[in-house]
Amino acid sequence: MKSTLKVSLGLAAGLAASTAMTGASQAEDLTLCWAAWDPANALVELSKDFTTQTGIGMKFEFVPWTNYADRFLNELNSKGKLCDLIIGDSQWIGGSAENGHYVKLNDFFDKEGIKMSDFVDATVVGYSQWPKNTPNYWSLPAFGDVVGWTYRKDWFSRPELQQEFKAKYGWDLDAPKTFAQLKEVAEFFQNREIDGKKVYGASIYTERGSEGVTMGVMDVLYSFGFKYENPDKPYEMEGYVNSDKSVAGLEFYKSLYDCCTPPGASNSYMGEGIDAFKSGQVAMHMNFAFTWPGLQKDEMVGGEKVGFFANPAGPDGEKLAQLGGQGISVVSYSDNQDAALQYIKWFANPEVQKKWWSLGGFSCLKAVVEDPTFPESQPYAKTFLDSMAIVKDFWAEPSYASLLQASQKRFHDYVVAGQGTAKEALDGLVKDWTEIFEDDGKI
Amino acid sequence: MQDMTSGKPVVTDTTSTILDRAAEAAARATPDTLAKKVRGLSDRMVAWIFIAPTIVLLLAINIFPLIWAIQLSFTNYRANRPNEEIKNVGLQNYSRILNDADTWMAMQATAHFVFWTILLQTLIGFSLAYLIDRKFRGHAFWTTIILVPMMLSPAVVGNFWRFLYEPQIGLFTYIVSFFTGIPTTDILMLSSVKLAPWAIIIVDTWMWTPYVMLICLAGLRSIPDYIYEAAEVDRASNWRQFWSITLPMALPFIMLAVLFRGIENFKMFDMVNLLTGGGPGSTTEVASITLKREAFEKWRTGFSSAFAIILFVAVFGLANIYVKVLNRVKSR
Amino acid sequence: MSAAAHSVVEPSSTSKRIAGTLIILYALISMIPLFWIVATSFKTPPDSIAYPPKILFTPSIEGYCNLFTTRTRQTPEYINALPPAESFCDETVRKRNMVIAGPSNFLPRFLNSVIIAFGSTFCAVFLGTLAAYGFSRFRVPLADDLLFFILSTRFMPPIAVAIPIYLMYREVGLSDTALGMILLYTAVNVSLAVWLLKGFIDEIPREYEEAAMIDGYTRLQAFRKVVLPQATTGIAATAIFCLIFAWNEYAFASLLTSGTAQTAPPFIPTIIGEGGQDWPAVAAGTTVFLVPILVFTVLLRKQLLRGITFGAVRK
Repeated sequence: MKSTLKVSLGLAAGLAASTAMTGASQAEDLTLCWAAWDPANALVELSKDFTTQTGIGMKFEFVPWTNYADRFLNELNSKGKLCDLIIGDSQWIGGSAENGHYVKLNDFFDKEGIKMSDFVDATVVGYSQWPKNTPNYWSLPAFGDVVGWTYRKDWFSRPELQQEFKAKYGWDLDAPKTFAQLKEVAEFFQNREIDGKKVYGASIYTERGSEGVTMGVMDVLYSFGFKYENPDKPYEMEGYVNSDKSVAGLEFYKSLYDCCTPPGASNSYMGEGIDAFKSGQVAMHMNFAFTWPGLQKDEMVGGEKVGFFANPAGPDGEKLAQLGGQGISVVSYSDNQDAALQYIKWFANPEVQKKWWSLGGFSCLKAVVEDPTFPESQPYAKTFLDSMAIVKDFWAEPSYASLLQASQKRFHDYVVAGQGTAKEALDGLVKDWTEIFEDDGKI
Repeated sequence: MQDMTSGKPVVTDTTSTILDRAAEAAARATPDTLAKKVRGLSDRMVAWIFIAPTIVLLLAINIFPLIWAIQLSFTNYRANRPNEEIKNVGLQNYSRILNDADTWMAMQATAHFVFWTILLQTLIGFSLAYLIDRKFRGHAFWTTIILVPMMLSPAVVGNFWRFLYEPQIGLFTYIVSFFTGIPTTDILMLSSVKLAPWAIIIVDTWMWTPYVMLICLAGLRSIPDYIYEAAEVDRASNWRQFWSITLPMALPFIMLAVLFRGIENFKMFDMVNLLTGGGPGSTTEVASITLKREAFEKWRTGFSSAFAIILFVAVFGLANIYVKVLNRVKSR
Repeated sequence: MSAAAHSVVEPSSTSKRIAGTLIILYALISMIPLFWIVATSFKTPPDSIAYPPKILFTPSIEGYCNLFTTRTRQTPEYINALPPAESFCDETVRKRNMVIAGPSNFLPRFLNSVIIAFGSTFCAVFLGTLAAYGFSRFRVPLADDLLFFILSTRFMPPIAVAIPIYLMYREVGLSDTALGMILLYTAVNVSLAVWLLKGFIDEIPREYEEAAMIDGYTRLQAFRKVVLPQATTGIAATAIFCLIFAWNEYAFASLLTSGTAQTAPPFIPTIIGEGGQDWPAVAAGTTVFLVPILVFTVLLRKQLLRGITFGAVRK
């Protein structure tokens, strides 16, 4: 029994020491929370300058996308002090503003002379404002992102494939201009043998757990004519969400999934998409723009082998793309708010923003992206600008999580599990969303 | 309370001189009154000092939250909206859940999972126990080896099974394809609506069959030899012995294993959450995953509390009915 | 589990041989996934996703390097300009055009697991032993109801328990703390501990203590010097069960901790490479995490068997 006692005493001491240690380190360092992805590594690199300048150490808490919303919304809702700074997803802004998770930045911006008009308008509305289109700012646009496509330029430019393609479809094999063309290209490559390896048409988002399938479906649906609500009557969704055009878009997405994706790609999001493209499995790849710098640098598929194109047009010629990206906010439960604001001030500096872009971070500062040399600065820079010009975002309401859960279920049930029809899925979605807004007292 | 003062046989393996003396002293059958006059704290005090911390802890961590949850289940409370007024909605949450087709889908998925895992684990587990009971050379060592999967973390190992199930590179798919000739790209364990429910059943069976095996083994070893000896005298065939002695006498144990596994798998969350996350679509969305989505993703705290209470009552009710049946079987 | 129980009706040697073969076959098959975890942890990332799966490969500790570090991609020029690599990991990582940026979060998470699992096991067994003794030896009012109540707390799905706990911890500031997790795991485990330990203590004849008390011991001394030494096996068995639960627990940990006190089970599935999961690193994390439990299982298998079968017999 004596030894057990000793062990327990040791444990207790260790416990006390470890809590004391974390307490001590928290007073010194800032913790920044974000997703675990390439841009986060670039930010680690960038932040070294901040530490050199101010002596404030930076710690990072990065979580994969599939757990990101889950983990950090849980953390915010529990009033946790883990994160001093958080780069939270665009759709969180409504809830985080209304429930007091984020510090309102208006006074700070005024004091430090940071002007929101210096940032790309779509990102200010998308990442910073709540309510939307009012001058109430809860974050500084940190990382611009949008869904677009990459393709295997080297495969597309093979003469024998070009010939065969032209004979079959009657147009020159190239980055597709419309979704109908995209489907044809995907069909063309599906199960084709290239360099002795079977390849597939396209990698698209199908993930169930967080937001994957919704982001993918919406990215296509917008261009088909999907609307969230009656523009004249907010929250009226019947006939907009489930319009014939939306139904056609959803049917298209399912047909793309059924015909042209790699086997077993039923739960695929950003990471799986990168893997599929990098391993040379697919001809085209739907993903957020953040993946482009990494793919451009890749030894296997990068350089001359990869091309980029913005979302193609829908049947009526409409072109829209799903907005991604995030703003950086100060967590109101943090004990280090002053240092956190200092970080934001440093980050907003045009020089820092320029370096941010050069490291692979998609800056939202007009001075960076509207610079005449910008489109030529990287092979994907122009596609990025084109895409950012046509963005549309999911609901950013405080109930965004419930709204998202509903669409995740409806879309995955239909697209991947093949249950019911597209019309039933969208009718069901109208019903779910109406119920959520009724519960919120918005309707 | 069991009363141990009546002279029951001593069943201990360790001995020491103090204990021997103590035993002798006990054998002298001390009158009860003497024992009560011992110095120090009164027995009543000791009893409370010993029991109270546990009770307090359980009250604080289990009962108080449970009562809170019951209270919340009648409201529209959302844990992510601290500023919003909490409204009492009566039984609305309960009626909504019970009338929701999705709830019943989740219940169906859970029932499918529980039924097949129990069936497979009982069949395989009992067979293994029966084989081990043949006591071949080295059976103790191999029993330990078989036990290993149940010691592992269902979350960590469940996550790794995703890799084994990968259609192109997974070992599981490769082995199945090797023996059946089906191309690996057609074995979509986690993507196919038909196969995904079996993917989680396979992993659970792999992990927990050893547990059922152990309990069955305890059952087999509890059958006294003289019954078999009597059967031998009667020249009963092995087959007959199995059906008329082994199985009926081990039945209470088997039923117990079924009860334990049933409760555990009704609560199943970690392994399924990491393996399929409820997908594809909602085919493997067992009740706990639905509950987690409602409570910690949609943050419908009141609603999910009601769901939690319903699940709790369901487990409790089913388990109680089952225990009644079990007792009847035992007393036969 | 006494091995000598059936000596009279000895199975024939043929049936023994068949039984042995089948059992060994099952054991080997059920070991394949574990073998694969360990094998994958020693593969390079390209080897790990090779088709057909590679059974023979050149071992590498890249998975372990990736498990314990975070890395960033750099241009070859940048890497060539660096001073020579200091460690094997440095060298491996640079071959993939990356540099080590710092340690990963795996080690702190693993230490959290150690502190929380052992801390809660100790508390649960300590409280459980006291309570079990109380229930075993004294006339406690409503004892049966209390025992049933204690046990029934294990019937609840963890997510159901987590909802109010989450709210409560938020109010009292126990979210994402080791203390909060230890309290919670202790509460969950103490029910099992009381239930198992009461059985073990019931087996110890109370005449022993009574004799000791006549010899001048107080009740507490008798408990410490007579009952505890007798109950060691039972306590060890109970401790293993509590430890296995606390070590492996995922649902509470993933919902109630986010970083500071997060344990390894919710962390390991989030180890990713540049795309999806970095399987060698995940396998390495899984291996490191499984080793303590495997060692325990082998060292303490007798107590473990006793605990499981005993739990079954008691009910």
